[in-house]
Amino acid sequence: MSNTFVLVLVVITALGFDFTNGFHDTANAMATSIATKALSPRVAVGISGVLNLIGAFLSLAVAATIASGLVDTKLVTLTVVAAGLAGGITWNLVTWLFGIPSSSSHALIGGVIGATIAASGGHAVLWHGLVSKVVLPALFSPIIAALVAATGTYLLYRISRSLTEAARGHGFRIGQIGSACLVSLAHGTNDAQKTMGVITLALIVNKSVPAHSNAPFWVILSCGLAISIGTYLGGWRVIRTLGKGLVEIESPQGMAAESASAAVILLSSSFGYSLSTTHVATGSIIGTGLGKRGAEVRWNVAGRMATAWVFTLPSAALVGAGAYALAHVIGGTIGVVIDLIILLAVAAFIYWRSRGSKVDPSNVNDDWTGSVAPAEPQTAAA
Amino acid sequence: MSWINLSALWKIVVFGLLAGAGLPAIFAMGLYSLSRGPRVQTAGGGDSDADGLVGGSVVGMAIAALCFLIVLAAIAWGIYEVYKIGHPAPAK
Repeated sequence: MSNTFVLVLVVITALGFDFTNGFHDTANAMATSIATKALSPRVAVGISGVLNLIGAFLSLAVAATIASGLVDTKLVTLTVVAAGLAGGITWNLVTWLFGIPSSSSHALIGGVIGATIAASGGHAVLWHGLVSKVVLPALFSPIIAALVAATGTYLLYRISRSLTEAARGHGFRIGQIGSACLVSLAHGTNDAQKTMGVITLALIVNKSVPAHSNAPFWVILSCGLAISIGTYLGGWRVIRTLGKGLVEIESPQGMAAESASAAVILLSSSFGYSLSTTHVATGSIIGTGLGKRGAEVRWNVAGRMATAWVFTLPSAALVGAGAYALAHVIGGTIGVVIDLIILLAVAAFIYWRSRGSKVDPSNVNDDWTGSVAPAEPQTAAA
Repeated sequence: MSWINLSALWKIVVFGLLAGAGLPAIFAMGLYSLSRGPRVQTAGGGDSDADGLVGGSVVGMAIAALCFLIVLAAIAWGIYEVYKIGHPAPAK
């Protein structure tokens, strides 16, 4: 009985994570289209939301990796999963506040692994799976994406050089919309599945489904919905950093970046690599800066992101471990409930802080002045 | 079990380049063909093609249509493959 109650809490928390995943990552698909004005901000997030939902149904390979490939399911408890989710959500919200496009996947995986280590020690983690399916792809994927995007950018400018400026802008804006849609689809395929994997893990732990099961249909549907609602709300802060902060983007570059991202994410997903769509999208955008002569990449912004990436797994792991320790000391269902109440309080605090330097559809494209929030109101000095 | 799945890695690089850079390049060739033709010099009037995107050459438009079709077909095929790989026949 109490187990079912905890399971329901875990599922709700997981969907909460999926929601933060959606609004944290809208940028990956739509930042460049919004920056080049190929799509209006509202339309962009709407399309992206719908395609995320469709993408959730497209493939199940990544969900399988998360559910059975990273930790020993025999040693995981529902408390561990809840604590892991708390770690992931906390990191996602903190990075969103600072407008840093960090990896939701690593936040989630870090949280779950931290909580697992706190609960049963390092031997409960399948280190081989972690390194070969998460850490190494995290190193390779942005480089591959940058290579593909740089090649694409070079080709696009080369082939279209005889077109008038206006014709080129018009044509590639259309192509950009198409490729951005594919990234949204790919995002649903890759990221919605991570939450599906976690919920499936919880179901396996609770013996509601046998080990090595695929995600049940209601899990796929609810995860798809959660991520698409999150996407629709739009993480304007991160969109701004990716679309305006990193490289000033023209529509051929936008199309090259998004095609590269979509191709790399879809290919990797189908191999079961739970790579970070964020790392890929960022790699692609940097690649378009490298592939066009005279384009400038703001390496200080890129460096800030890369730093956040390195810290994502360990930080989320620490929060996950802390949340587990707390729930364990208090014990039982009450422990999990108190964890989640603290999580809600943290989320509310971060939301309140974000109001001080608001980024929304009206100012998301303002000129980059070195900070996430456009400089107009003098508030956030921290 | 090795740490790096090299065969998956090279597939991601090669197919990534083909799909992620090759298809946009074909799209760009389509745009290029589309813009060829008599109207290319007189662009700037008040009609909807004022930016010179559609040049007016029939051959150009046909080649452009072919390019766009190739891109669309490749995308559809790719999505179908992803779906197929992602839903293995229940064999466990």
